Amino acid sequence: MNLTNEDVEEIIRILDASTYTDLRLETGRFTLVLRRQGSGWTQESEVRSVPTSVPGTDPLTPERAPLASAVPAPPAAGGPTLIEGLIEVRTPMIGTFYRAPKPRAPPFVEVGSIVGEDTVVGIVETMKLMTSVYAGAAGRVVDIRAADGELVEAGHVLMRLEQVDA
Amino acid sequence: MKIRRVFIANRGEIAVRIIRTCQRLGIETVLGASEADLDSLPARLASQVIRIGPAKPAASYLNVEAVVGAAAAAGADAIHPGYGFLSENASLARRCLKQGLLLIGPTEEQLLAIGDKLKAREHAIAAGLPVAPGGPAATPDEATVLAKQIGYPLLVKAVGGGGGRGMKLVREPSALIDTAALAMAEAEAAFGDRRVYLERFVASGRHVEVQIIGDGERVVHLGDRDCSVQRRYQKLMEEAPAPGLPERLREEIRAAGVRFGHHLGYRGLGTVEFLVDRDRGDFFFLEMNARIQVEHPVTEAITGLDLVAEQISVAEGRPLRVAQDEVHWNGHAVECRLNAERWRQDFRPSPGTVTAAVFPVGPGIRVDTHVQRGAKVPPFYDSLLAKIIVHGADRADALVRLRGALALCRVDGVETNLGLCAQLADDPEFMVGGVDTGYLARFLERRA
Repeated sequence: MNLTNEDVEEIIRILDASTYTDLRLETGRFTLVLRRQGSGWTQESEVRSVPTSVPGTDPLTPERAPLASAVPAPPAAGGPTLIEGLIEVRTPMIGTFYRAPKPRAPPFVEVGSIVGEDTVVGIVETMKLMTSVYAGAAGRVVDIRAADGELVEAGHVLMRLEQVDA
Repeated sequence: MKIRRVFIANRGEIAVRIIRTCQRLGIETVLGASEADLDSLPARLASQVIRIGPAKPAASYLNVEAVVGAAAAAGADAIHPGYGFLSENASLARRCLKQGLLLIGPTEEQLLAIGDKLKAREHAIAAGLPVAPGGPAATPDEATVLAKQIGYPLLVKAVGGGGGRGMKLVREPSALIDTAALAMAEAEAAFGDRRVYLERFVASGRHVEVQIIGDGERVVHLGDRDCSVQRRYQKLMEEAPAPGLPERLREEIRAAGVRFGHHLGYRGLGTVEFLVDRDRGDFFFLEMNARIQVEHPVTEAITGLDLVAEQISVAEGRPLRVAQDEVHWNGHAVECRLNAERWRQDFRPSPGTVTAAVFPVGPGIRVDTHVQRGAKVPPFYDSLLAKIIVHGADRADALVRLRGALALCRVDGVETNLGLCAQLADDPEFMVGGVDTGYLARFLERRA
């Protein structure tokens, strides 16, 4: 059983009539910190009880699927980077990478596609918001390094381009 | 039937919200959580948790078979779908019926009746609700007759067009014939179809909605809300009652909401949305949401009702527990949505891990949240972190409380729109009340 909002309000009423400025309540199941701030109060609560799985079903240990970029990504978010003559196209933010504008539509680019700086090469979906990924440089797609629907961390290399002579 | 174990097919703050009421009512809760939410606050608060699938919503929270299968495996006798996800999904209603599970929501037929915009409009007309006046015209003469019924200003659109193509604004009758003729010629050239559609143009509209609840026979309304502070149809601040509405208009809007519920024989909690034309002083039906809404706490604040408890009661097959003349409204409430987004950078989402979450507490303040220290804000779902709800004796009092409450909020680890909320709560135009749906965009432009 955790504290209800009514419980917390009751505690505040008692504290308000006192000279105390903060209260820290800690049990095995939760921590509650109340602090006086001017004429009001703030609360910081943390429920620590461990989730209980439905008996006879899967335990709740998440299968931590490794993120696409297990190797620490360079801090540069977005924008192309030159390595060994190849230009890397990175995702500007964490999210789900899509190679096509919608399911079953042809991908924006394939290996071998010629792209310009403003060519959209994919989409990253973060919190229901779709962000276009631009090539950022002109060139030919050499390889595509993230699968359609894969979760990618910010800065992950999505594809590499080689420069082509005009 | 008495519900003893509820399966919650949702996540985030609304899952926490539903668990709180169930705990108070002595109902067990089973949270159906995706891989990304197994460790979330609702997972810690629920009696039990069951994994329904991977993080991606399509494979978990939007997967009817996974949800119904998990609910059956958990021995639940009802499903609460919350908002979003499957909350207005007719096939979930059908599957629940087949599985012998109660859905805490309306019937399949009711979901189908309002799920489609055109069908919903037909039902609204059948129920005698005002709808956006408009219709097709094939000749300038027909357009003249129709325009008289619609009133000015109005829009002329190509029937074959879409997405704003071939749309013209007519401000006064003298301009109609020429504009309609031109639009028809262009429509013919562009789409091979010279018909145009004339529609009411609302230069300045307010989003006003009516909270209704029905038991399949009786329908009552629980008052109105104003949700005009929005950006790209995402609401940011909501309040109840809608400020500054002429009483006659308010009564008409509330009555229209009830009439729509009656027409559907509605069972459950629902919201009927209207657009109020600020210049003309009239209103028309937009759509109905057949579920609990994000902004329901403002109605709870001023009515003293627990809407989730009422939803559960109606789903159990009981008649409404409140009669229309027993619904009383007290004071004014405002809700502010705290989102994980970089509002100064075109509202780019900001997922991550919360390192500190400090919220205001005290009389007249309610915070609905699933966020605590260590909480993950995954990139897969919406960006709502918390709802700050304040309740005051009147609107001015509520806004004072809101400014005080926002000043005490602190969320670290992810970027939030807290600064924007605080600026809005202090903006003279918002403080006057009754802003239109274009207000937030204008506010942001002013500050850009």
